[in-house]
Amino acid sequence: MALEAGLSAANFLQALYRQVQPAYPKWYKMDKLSQLGLLAAELLLRSVDQGATDPFGKAIVLQSAHGCLDTDLRFVAQLDDIPSPATFVYTLPNIVIGEISIKFDCKGEQAMLLCEKPDAGMLEAYVHSLFAEGHTGLCLCGWLDAFGESLSATMFAVTAGEEGETFNKENIQQYFDHEQG
Amino acid sequence: MNRDELIEQLKGQIIEQLNLQAVTPADIKTDDPLFGEGLGLDSIDALELIVLLQQHYKIKLANAEEGPKVFRSVGTMADYILAHGQ
Repeated sequence: MALEAGLSAANFLQALYRQVQPAYPKWYKMDKLSQLGLLAAELLLRSVDQGATDPFGKAIVLQSAHGCLDTDLRFVAQLDDIPSPATFVYTLPNIVIGEISIKFDCKGEQAMLLCEKPDAGMLEAYVHSLFAEGHTGLCLCGWLDAFGESLSATMFAVTAGEEGETFNKENIQQYFDHEQG
Repeated sequence: MNRDELIEQLKGQIIEQLNLQAVTPADIKTDDPLFGEGLGLDSIDALELIVLLQQHYKIKLANAEEGPKVFRSVGTMADYILAHGQ
């Protein structure tokens, strides 16, 4: 997948959207965090057979440093005039999870964890606890961050049965180290 | 400004306010429903249209129950603005 170098964050997301074509009608209304999350989920879940997974067994667990701060600042800047309701909608860090859930019919456990940097240990523990409860068949999880011109996404699709073998702190950390530089 | 000119202006303002990047003014039929089967707008878009009336035409909806009637189409919006605009 080739994208022109030097694009702004917004233009990068737009260019990637045109290539990935997830066909989501609310695309142009979403903030950058939601757009990034939707594209990452689309690219990741294309290779995952979800046919037999109960929607109530599809969980989403994300970590982020800035959450919705980018949108919060845009909303605050509008307060001198009449602020946009469409901007206000995205002033919660977990809205991206809602957008992914709508697109991929996820109705299971959800969490948006704010932390300074990717925390492999926390992610492993949280996701393992979900599978241990026995209700989760698929967990979309990882790191998602968008602030200013900075975009960062490292996401995993973990299915029941494989979480014990490959989804461990060491493996997760290797991905984070590689993707986060 | 006559009704036709106002309708054309409104179509442009709706596209900008609602960030309908894939829509052109020609795509918006004057009497087609804005919600549901028409442009497929949602409840947040309805709030944005209320903001549009306030920002561009200094009109505040006095009665929320008027909303569905006022925002049924671009044509009904134009009629409301012509009747209530300053």
